[in-house]
Amino acid sequence: MYKVLLEQDLVPQIHLFRMAAPAVARKARAGQFVVVRIDEKGERIPLTIADYDAKEGTVTIVFMEVGATTARLALLKEGDAIADFVGPLGVPAEIEKFGTVACVAGGVGAAVVAPIARALKEAGNKIITILGTRSKELLFWEDVLKASSDEMIVTTDDGSYGRKGVVTEPLKELLESGQKIDRVVAIGPVVMMKFCALTTLPFKVKTIVSLNPIMVDGTGMCGCCRVSVGGETKFACVDGPDFDGHKVDWDLVAARQRIYLGEEKCAYEEWQKSHSS
Amino acid sequence: MAKLNLNRVEMPRQSPKKRAKNFNEVALGYSLEQAQEEASRCIQCPKRNCVEGCPVGVDIPDFIKAIREGDMPEAVKVLKSKNALPGICGRVCPQESQCEATCTLAKKEAPIAIGRLERFVADWERANTGATKNSPKSPKATGKKVAVVGSGPAGLTAAADLAKLGHSVTIFEALHVAGGVLMYGIPEFRLPKAIVQSEVDYVASLGVKIELDSVVGKLATLDEILADGYNAVFLGTGAGLPMFLGYPSENLNGIYSANEFLTRVNLMKAYLFPDYDTPVKVGKQVAVIGGGNVAMDSARCALRLGADKVYIVYRRSEVELPARREEVENAMEEGIEFRYLTNPKQFLGNDQNWVVGMECHQMELGSPDESGRRRPLVKEGSEFVIDVDEVIVALGTRPNPLIASTTEGLETTKWGTVVADEATGKTVKDKVWAGGDIVTGSATVISAMGAGKVAAADIDKFLRG
Repeated sequence: MYKVLLEQDLVPQIHLFRMAAPAVARKARAGQFVVVRIDEKGERIPLTIADYDAKEGTVTIVFMEVGATTARLALLKEGDAIADFVGPLGVPAEIEKFGTVACVAGGVGAAVVAPIARALKEAGNKIITILGTRSKELLFWEDVLKASSDEMIVTTDDGSYGRKGVVTEPLKELLESGQKIDRVVAIGPVVMMKFCALTTLPFKVKTIVSLNPIMVDGTGMCGCCRVSVGGETKFACVDGPDFDGHKVDWDLVAARQRIYLGEEKCAYEEWQKSHSS
Repeated sequence: MAKLNLNRVEMPRQSPKKRAKNFNEVALGYSLEQAQEEASRCIQCPKRNCVEGCPVGVDIPDFIKAIREGDMPEAVKVLKSKNALPGICGRVCPQESQCEATCTLAKKEAPIAIGRLERFVADWERANTGATKNSPKSPKATGKKVAVVGSGPAGLTAAADLAKLGHSVTIFEALHVAGGVLMYGIPEFRLPKAIVQSEVDYVASLGVKIELDSVVGKLATLDEILADGYNAVFLGTGAGLPMFLGYPSENLNGIYSANEFLTRVNLMKAYLFPDYDTPVKVGKQVAVIGGGNVAMDSARCALRLGADKVYIVYRRSEVELPARREEVENAMEEGIEFRYLTNPKQFLGNDQNWVVGMECHQMELGSPDESGRRRPLVKEGSEFVIDVDEVIVALGTRPNPLIASTTEGLETTKWGTVVADEATGKTVKDKVWAGGDIVTGSATVISAMGAGKVAAADIDKFLRG
């Protein structure tokens, strides 16, 4: 069993758990993920590692409540435990000195970008962070990202905080400004990553995205997470989760995310019914 | 000499109509009377061909004699002294090509039903004394530590043998339960998970420590395990990487690898969704590509989940089917439709990326290939479409490259299998042995157990050396 040491509601529907997982913490690197299963009847879901501390033996995950499993997870309190916490899985993010890196984070993606931005900063890169959410109430970790950033731009769709609009607008301006951008890291909802990649394509700036398809084992055994990158089928769990955003077949990523839409809705409704009664 | 009794005692089974709608075990097992009747047919040959036919060398005539005499505790003792997993082997071993094939009565086409008797003994023990009650007394500890990577049939067997020899054994398992393919791959109706769990518990009762959720190569590398004070490592990680056809249309929604489909159904219990959280798609028209045991298992699961029509699509003909005959017959009885000499050319999808059909070629058989089977050849212009809304690709598996790619000094083949000495299981890397599907590519439960046994003996020799 793996214990929840710290539980925070970052914003409505987005939660942070600091888990006791010393062995995983020892090996975790930015960009990797864990597979989590709550209990005997639970499904296995992948969650990206938001932070890790080898000395304390902890791994932090941040997740959004989107269905039955994440809703059940959100109910756990400090001191509660989950059955399984498997990792660190996937290939770590590529960290070296590239020069100037634009880190673009959308919504819950802020938690995934944070350790990557920090590692890139420690490797000597200049970091320009663009953080976007729908509105001010959904914004979190501005301070965490700021600590690793030389420049920081915040956008909200409704203009309730920072600049009004979506992240691709300041990204495009940045690329047009003539400032040399050596690499872009864009992590967030599929549609946001897709449009970031489309934005950077004409400027030929390498754009790394982190894919989070449906998985079961997370170790290359099932092939559920297959994605098409540059015309080749890859397993996101072992070949990724980071890929070249210019080569990803985004329509396929979006379509394969919808495989269990009906079942997910059914399970969420069942859970809500049983939970309210 | 008494007259030979050539009437094999049949084992009761659920009727095809009934079992096609549930996940309960198909075969129901012998009663004590049936087991004793079958056991009494054994002529106790002085030359024990059956034992030689068993990859783990079970003293078959001895446990059969004990059944006949009604001494069940003795039967259990004899069986488990060589085989830690009898309830599993009695169900999934291909006895017809091993012990039963070498049985003297096989010449009269009535070999003793050794598998059914083995199953009976294991089930008797579980029901009457519990599978862990008869664990041997703790041997003298050698003070040597052995790591076993993977808890499938090879790993469990190696771990049990090494523990019985007094070594301190830890199994590292990537999934959340031990058992490997016995848990995620073979369906409940063929091998109930409670039986696997009880035999895993028996191995644990020998003093074997089982670390779940431990992905070797990620959580710790093989070299880190060795540096951590383990004196030897046995690699039994199997062949877990699914093979696909490699067609661009293969990523349509509704196309599963057999590994994914079976893992969802067996390991994650998707057949109990939404009581269990993991879903699986239930197609109306399902095509399973392949002709092995995994294809049969996938097809029969799809049927039980409620498919109207399930096809086995196989590029050769019936005689070349690699699956066990018994499983093919079970599938046929349940209503699985076999489309022989048929090979997919491409998958057809709708605008939502869902599979709606499979374009196939008709095949014909040419001259034999290197496997000795006649090579299937495409009949030009023979394309036709099968309407399907789910496809399960069961074309075999390869070893997962995770460990080999993170370990210095392991030799692998172009198929990704690890090179190991057949007689000892020793790899070219110091202190590392390997056995089972990781060495041979996908094979059988019992051959993996045999390899685990061979390696355990050699590891023991090395540790005492």
